[in-house]
Amino acid sequence: MNDYEIVVGLEVHAELSTESKMYCNCKNEFGLEVNTRVCPICMALPGALPTLNKTAVDYAVMMGHALNCKINSVSKQDRKNYFYPDLPKAYQISQAEVPVCEDGHLDIVVDGEVRSIGITRIHIEEDAGKLLHDDSFDGSLVDCNRGGVPLIEIVSEPDIRSSAEAKAFLDMIKLTLQYLDISDCKMQEGSIRCDVNVSVRKKGQKEFGTRCEMKNVNSFSAAVRGIEYEAKRQIELIEAGGTIEQETRRWDDVKGESITLRTKEDAHDYRYFPEPDLLTIVIPDEKIAELKKRLPELPSKKMLHYMIDLGISQTEAMLLVESDDKSKMFDECESLGATPNAVLNWVLGDISKYMNESGKSIFDTHLTSEKLCELISLIEAKTISNAAGRVVFEELLQRDIDIKTIIEEKGLAQISDKDALLEIARKVIEDNAQSVADYNNGKTNALGYLVGQCMKASKGKANPSMMKELILSLIE
Amino acid sequence: MELYKKSAAELSALIKNKSCSVEEATKSVMDRITQVENKVDAYITICEQDALTKAREVDEKIAKGEELHPLAGIPIGIKDNISTKGILTSSASKMLSNYIPPYNATVIDKINSAHMIITGKTNLDEFAMGSTTETSYYKPTKNPHNLAKTPGGSSGGSAAAVSAGQAVLSLGSDTGGSIRTPAAFCGVVGLKPTYGAVSRFGLIALASSLDQIGPIGRTVTDVAMLYSLICGHDNMDATTKNIKHGDYAKNLSSDIRNISIGIPTEYFNLDLNDEVRDSITKAIKKYEELGCNIKEISLSSNEYALPTYQIISAAEASSNLGRYDGVKFGYRSSDYANLNEMYVNTRSEAFGDEVKSRILLGTFALSAQGYNDYYYKAKLMQQQISSEFTEAFNECDAILTPTTLTSAFDLGTDAIGDADSCTVAANLAGLPAINLPCGLDSDSMPIGMQIIGKKFDEQTILNIAFAYENACGIVNMPEIV
Repeated sequence: MNDYEIVVGLEVHAELSTESKMYCNCKNEFGLEVNTRVCPICMALPGALPTLNKTAVDYAVMMGHALNCKINSVSKQDRKNYFYPDLPKAYQISQAEVPVCEDGHLDIVVDGEVRSIGITRIHIEEDAGKLLHDDSFDGSLVDCNRGGVPLIEIVSEPDIRSSAEAKAFLDMIKLTLQYLDISDCKMQEGSIRCDVNVSVRKKGQKEFGTRCEMKNVNSFSAAVRGIEYEAKRQIELIEAGGTIEQETRRWDDVKGESITLRTKEDAHDYRYFPEPDLLTIVIPDEKIAELKKRLPELPSKKMLHYMIDLGISQTEAMLLVESDDKSKMFDECESLGATPNAVLNWVLGDISKYMNESGKSIFDTHLTSEKLCELISLIEAKTISNAAGRVVFEELLQRDIDIKTIIEEKGLAQISDKDALLEIARKVIEDNAQSVADYNNGKTNALGYLVGQCMKASKGKANPSMMKELILSLIE
Repeated sequence: MELYKKSAAELSALIKNKSCSVEEATKSVMDRITQVENKVDAYITICEQDALTKAREVDEKIAKGEELHPLAGIPIGIKDNISTKGILTSSASKMLSNYIPPYNATVIDKINSAHMIITGKTNLDEFAMGSTTETSYYKPTKNPHNLAKTPGGSSGGSAAAVSAGQAVLSLGSDTGGSIRTPAAFCGVVGLKPTYGAVSRFGLIALASSLDQIGPIGRTVTDVAMLYSLICGHDNMDATTKNIKHGDYAKNLSSDIRNISIGIPTEYFNLDLNDEVRDSITKAIKKYEELGCNIKEISLSSNEYALPTYQIISAAEASSNLGRYDGVKFGYRSSDYANLNEMYVNTRSEAFGDEVKSRILLGTFALSAQGYNDYYYKAKLMQQQISSEFTEAFNECDAILTPTTLTSAFDLGTDAIGDADSCTVAANLAGLPAINLPCGLDSDSMPIGMQIIGKKFDEQTILNIAFAYENACGIVNMPEIV
């Protein structure tokens, strides 16, 4: 198994969140009563003609920019012909020869290393309808609400070398779509789906092995399982003296296995040809430039900064990047000069907890990045304790007030005055003779109890490390 | 007064000066349909009640003094491959013999908003595939000049109806000659507009890159009036061009002095019937008399036009007709055990032989084995043909050819393959072309000439036709015997 290298290429289909469908004015909405978002055009009634939704093209161009693609100012639409009941026209309008975007790359970080995954192309196409099966009726019914919903298909080069890289790639594609706000990215509604191409080869071998394509991969975790299953299957077959046949397989995530859907011999001949009902897509250079300006800071760039520059772990970096609010708060504090680790603890700890529980954005509270930085530096300077810091944090969520005032109001300033602390220590030792005896008999954890009592007596304000030293000096 | 014999322009004037009502005009045409339809078979659906109701509504508007379109109240027949909301639109196929569209084609919306009166839906070759109307699922249409002969096709019903007085105007569609050929055979005027001049939205597609809806009438003026109504950019058809159209009827001029007319040698080397050749030669002489410059030109790729057309149109048709699968509308076989059988039996039972053979040809032309040798080469040849026209138009303003090699032949004649050999090139190049009657042969059958123009220069070819018509008159309406 370790002698082999896995080679993976991905095709990701993402539904675009345009208001209307790709080629008609029907609303692009999910989950409505069957066949209520349909018209003569998306039902393929005789004589109906498509007209292109230009917003979908804009979205594809934005994704192209985000994935560092060359944007084709002239591209074409083609018909892909096949019969299936969920495809009313018996052809899907797609782009075969000249897609909107080509030749890009997406950088991901896996195991602390940056990997650049080539993007072959991004093209626009329309989604099909859905077949409904149920025990309550014979046969199958067709729901055309999804028919004609705009999609982009993002095709990667076979640059992916493990299921972990595939996962990181897919996560980053999804995040990028979300950052650009061009797709709902709801996996459970099927708004992102992928086909996975897998081959294996002996390590060091230059030529690629024969690939198999897996369809029906409906989640990223299914992609991981499917890749691992398929690589194992191919390696075992080769090791047993067999050869891999190029074929299309269907992934069954419940059973955790793939089965042959069709072999190379019965591969479809889609009879692609230029769509005569639509014009060549022409995007002026100014428009291409304008769409580039619309891009926000991209998640792949952020991931690289967090992981490579700041050494944040993949999991934590992902938690930041996945949330606009968290990464924004983190970035602001970082640019104000706060210690990244301290900020990270606040953002992924208390701030995350607050957002989860309240369902609100942290930016809807009175906690600003400036105040969080001030709070962090007060704790680092030991002006207040961690515990007191939490109290201040809670106040900052509710009130527009400066931190100094809170500290004064609540008397939260840490006691670092040696005489005051000595007084507390003496009182605690006097009241807890047994614990002192225990400590002297070797039960070292009694010390913790004594410090705890001191903290309690000081209402949490005592400087804990000073307190500990004082106790030790008194009882040893 | 036999109102059904009047041209649209004449009727329009009679209606306007209240010499007749729309109801009278409509009734006259409907009566004529009743009288001759069992002989001509021009219609698949006749909309008598709707037409009369609509006629009375238009009369009320006129009585109220509303300012209406010049074509208001004019009875018009619609080829049955143009979608009419609530009215069977079969494309003369068993496949759509139960299909009633829930929407109107853009041209129908325009006709309705001009308050024209739809007389019914006219017969055609199944899915417009043919040149005789004999591939119609329903019946062949007969040529009103001789009921034993074909009216031509595929818009044979539309041309025959106008020729026989069963409609004053009609709409046809033309993919390779389907307006011009029947117009020539029936002795009427038919215009195939520039590709992109008239919206195809609602036209049941044969070959999307070649199809165009166009007007058929008994006079050039009528055709110009109807063309002015239906042309123009449509948001629902991306292939329509957004250009300014004038009023082609008002701008008609018979002064064609110094217009130069190209005569392509190659068309006259075709297997042309002698009487057709004579008629065209006489017409050319007439144009010289009218002050035109006649120039011999060359369109050397024309011999490849027909095979090029056959491949491209079949390829697009094979894809366009995929939607007739029995799933959503139209005919579905009652005999199937699984999905594949439903597809196969539905399509086997409901498509005629001509449609099947074109689907087979087109499917092969687009297949992995066929694409480079057939579809791709045909597209290259199409460009060649187009650019030859562009060059030719550097030397002349319009091109004159015969429309067909012969006059109308007998129904049931097998050799119909070359019927389109003069007409397909204009479709391949996207150019406007008009058929104009230019005499009768010794059997009193009409002969037609074709005038091809520059893109969006319909006015010039209409003027050239108008001048000839003014000089030589129109074909008399035949007695139907």
